[in-house]
Amino acid sequence: MSAILAVENLEKSFGSVVAARDINVSIPAEQTIGVIGANGAGKTTFINMITGHLTPTKGTIRFEDRDITGMASRDITRLGISRSFQVAQVFPTMTVLDNMCIAAAIARRRGGLFGAIATPLRSPDAMAEAEATLELFQIGLYRYTPANTLPQGIRKLLDIGMAVVGWPRLLLLDEPTSGISIEEKFNLMSVVMTALKSRKITVLFVEHDMEIVGRFAERVLAFYDGTVIADGPPAETLGQPRVQELITGVKLKPAGAAHA
Amino acid sequence: MFLIAAAAAPALPDWIVSLATIAFANALVVLGLIVMWRAGLVSFGQALYYCIGAYTVALVARRTGFTDAIGLIILGGMAAGLVAAVVGFLLARYREIFFAMLSLALSMILYGVLVKSESLGSTDGFSVSPPTFLGYAPHGDALGRALYWLTLGFGAIAAVFVGGYFRSLAGSLATAIRDNEIRVEFLGVSVTGIVHLKVIVSGVLGGLGGALAALAIGHVDPNMAYWTTSGSFVFVTILAGAGSIAAAFVGSLCFEALRSLAADVMPDLWQMTLGTALLLTILFLPEGLGSVVARLRRRGGAAT
Amino acid sequence: MLTALAITTDGLVYAAYLFIVAIGLTLIFGVMKILNVAHGSFYAFGAYGAATAVGIYVDGDVNAALGFLFMISFAMAIGVVMGVILERGLLRLVYGRDEVVVVLVTYAVFLILEDVIRLIWGAQSYPAFQPMVSAGNVEIGELVLSNYDLVLVAIAAIVAALAWWALKFTRYGKLLTTVIYDRETAAAFGINVTLVYTVTFVIGAALGALGGAVMAPKISVTLGIGVEVIVLAFAVVAIGGMGSIEGALVGALIVGLCRAAAVHLAPQIELFVIYGVMALVLVVRPYGLFVRAQPRKI
Repeated sequence: MSAILAVENLEKSFGSVVAARDINVSIPAEQTIGVIGANGAGKTTFINMITGHLTPTKGTIRFEDRDITGMASRDITRLGISRSFQVAQVFPTMTVLDNMCIAAAIARRRGGLFGAIATPLRSPDAMAEAEATLELFQIGLYRYTPANTLPQGIRKLLDIGMAVVGWPRLLLLDEPTSGISIEEKFNLMSVVMTALKSRKITVLFVEHDMEIVGRFAERVLAFYDGTVIADGPPAETLGQPRVQELITGVKLKPAGAAHA
Repeated sequence: MFLIAAAAAPALPDWIVSLATIAFANALVVLGLIVMWRAGLVSFGQALYYCIGAYTVALVARRTGFTDAIGLIILGGMAAGLVAAVVGFLLARYREIFFAMLSLALSMILYGVLVKSESLGSTDGFSVSPPTFLGYAPHGDALGRALYWLTLGFGAIAAVFVGGYFRSLAGSLATAIRDNEIRVEFLGVSVTGIVHLKVIVSGVLGGLGGALAALAIGHVDPNMAYWTTSGSFVFVTILAGAGSIAAAFVGSLCFEALRSLAADVMPDLWQMTLGTALLLTILFLPEGLGSVVARLRRRGGAAT
Repeated sequence: MLTALAITTDGLVYAAYLFIVAIGLTLIFGVMKILNVAHGSFYAFGAYGAATAVGIYVDGDVNAALGFLFMISFAMAIGVVMGVILERGLLRLVYGRDEVVVVLVTYAVFLILEDVIRLIWGAQSYPAFQPMVSAGNVEIGELVLSNYDLVLVAIAAIVAALAWWALKFTRYGKLLTTVIYDRETAAAFGINVTLVYTVTFVIGAALGALGGAVMAPKISVTLGIGVEVIVLAFAVVAIGGMGSIEGALVGALIVGLCRAAAVHLAPQIELFVIYGVMALVLVVRPYGLFVRAQPRKI
């Protein structure tokens, strides 16, 4: 089975600063991958190159066997790659339902700009998709609440939901549990992962919380100094001495052992 | 609302009819402003489209002898729309203060050109020949009435169109763009494209309004492009609130009525009155009068 | 050759006057993020104040230079008073609000003040040409220059130098620069931002009034001079970059020279060349020539 995402010899430099280099990753469909590494290690550069917000200086990115290197981010989104944000990016003055409707309507639109005039926002299709996604992320209760009054966890779920309502095939989650209290992190990730699995979405999530990574990732990519230093199942990578030395810290036990 | 205005027409004296005609013509321009306002962009240069619409009508009538009102107005709208399409490439990239300033600059460029062009009458402008309506050529009062009906007609069509537009995806994206432009981009929409579209829509509306105004006033001059003209459109938008279409029309009507009144009672203090009203509205009624109506309606609805 | 010289001198004079008017505007925007439409009112009040002052001293037998100083000081004093009243009384009520809302507030104030001028001074025009006439002329080759214009350029240069020195070397200047860069952090460091705001606004107002005062002898002081000046000042500030004093200087020079060139070479584009240049600069550098774009914060 060919990979849904194949990255070869990817490199990005800004002048003399090399932000990322020698990245070679092949991701099969429906896999869930945790991306770890200190700030500045190249994780965000990697994500931004995949979503089209940065053009690689070298190398190629193939999505579903199609070369998307250097493609505009708008086109990449339309092809089926979506992302969520570390700080939830929603439309604060609109209700949760409207937020979702906008995302749904955008995902479903045809005909370019003038088509956008012709399509009503709250068409039955868009509403149905929006409602379904709200239920999927268990935030249907908040549908008429303005987004700027939401508790942080719900906001994050909305943010991720908006990225998912258009049925993307690859989703990049940027620190999904950042800003969430410890008691709620696992719950949030459970809801998210169940939702994503039900739609058969391939997931890359950036995380700093190693317990989350250990619990929810099938595979871990560890970044350091712009390149990937480990790539494998969490029990294996999180236990590697180099990973422990540079990223996770030596005292942490590999996740598999801790949560027997 | 239009039905009321239409029904009342035969009963109203001429001066009210002409006042209302001008008010509703201006309302179209304000509608254009509201389209941009919802996206968080305040255009301080609506006068550009207003003036283009007006001068197109005047020039075409004068140079080609084509005087059909409906045709002229549509031409005015199209000319303004064309200009909007062109400047939109530039304008769509700017936000907030810079958008306001660039739109201002563009309208002032037109002003500068018009003032200096002798062939176009320079600062005096020139008069607009009376229009015909599909062959029918009314005079005097009948002309005023005919223009009134025409304005109502265009106003109603515009209201319906804009209403549909606000309910569409393109219209709703205005709020989304104002709220979080970055997210809209990440969802796969070209924000510049949508804003460009809005500029065109608002330009066409401005041109239609200007064309109607030219016919109603009977005269065009460069002042129609001056920044204070843009300012008065902004003023009406604040007074009425950008929340509803009806607000544009009612607000324009109030503004014209106020202007008439001030001209009679205190012609020297018109600007002060305007400024004070603007100030009070901003300080105490930030959503404009339209919000008061909405609030009353909501309370009324909740009580039942 | 003569034309080139004429364009240069005319351009410099025009630039000098634009600079004095624009520096106050850009200062207020840089520190307070307010695009003050009422700056036109400061200008107008300065001009009318100057005309009044001239009216006062011209009856007596006063040394021209002293008279001139009196005229300027009188006008600037008016500016200061207006600045204080406006800032303390009105602007602080809208500080938290959206930038555009604040602009509209200043627009409202401008409208009100236009009619206040009418109430105080009426609709007639006031002559104030005495300082200009008594300064006499100087001849450079075939070009006749008014000494007054030279004084104008000198004043602009002094203001520019003072501004540069004050910002770089005085304590207040450095405080101002900090607040321009990042108001929140400045406040977090204990800088009294409120006081900085008031002082800045007052200085800006005084400079605006100065602009009006020095121009009064050259123009006919009547209703509506504020209206024209604002758009010109906006153009200068937009070109130079909002909040940048070097920008105001360069912007003024560009606008001044372009306009002078247009007046001498192609008078029909005089009015629109200014806005054309403004639009052109904004196309290439949306934030003006001297201001870096702000990074987006996600």
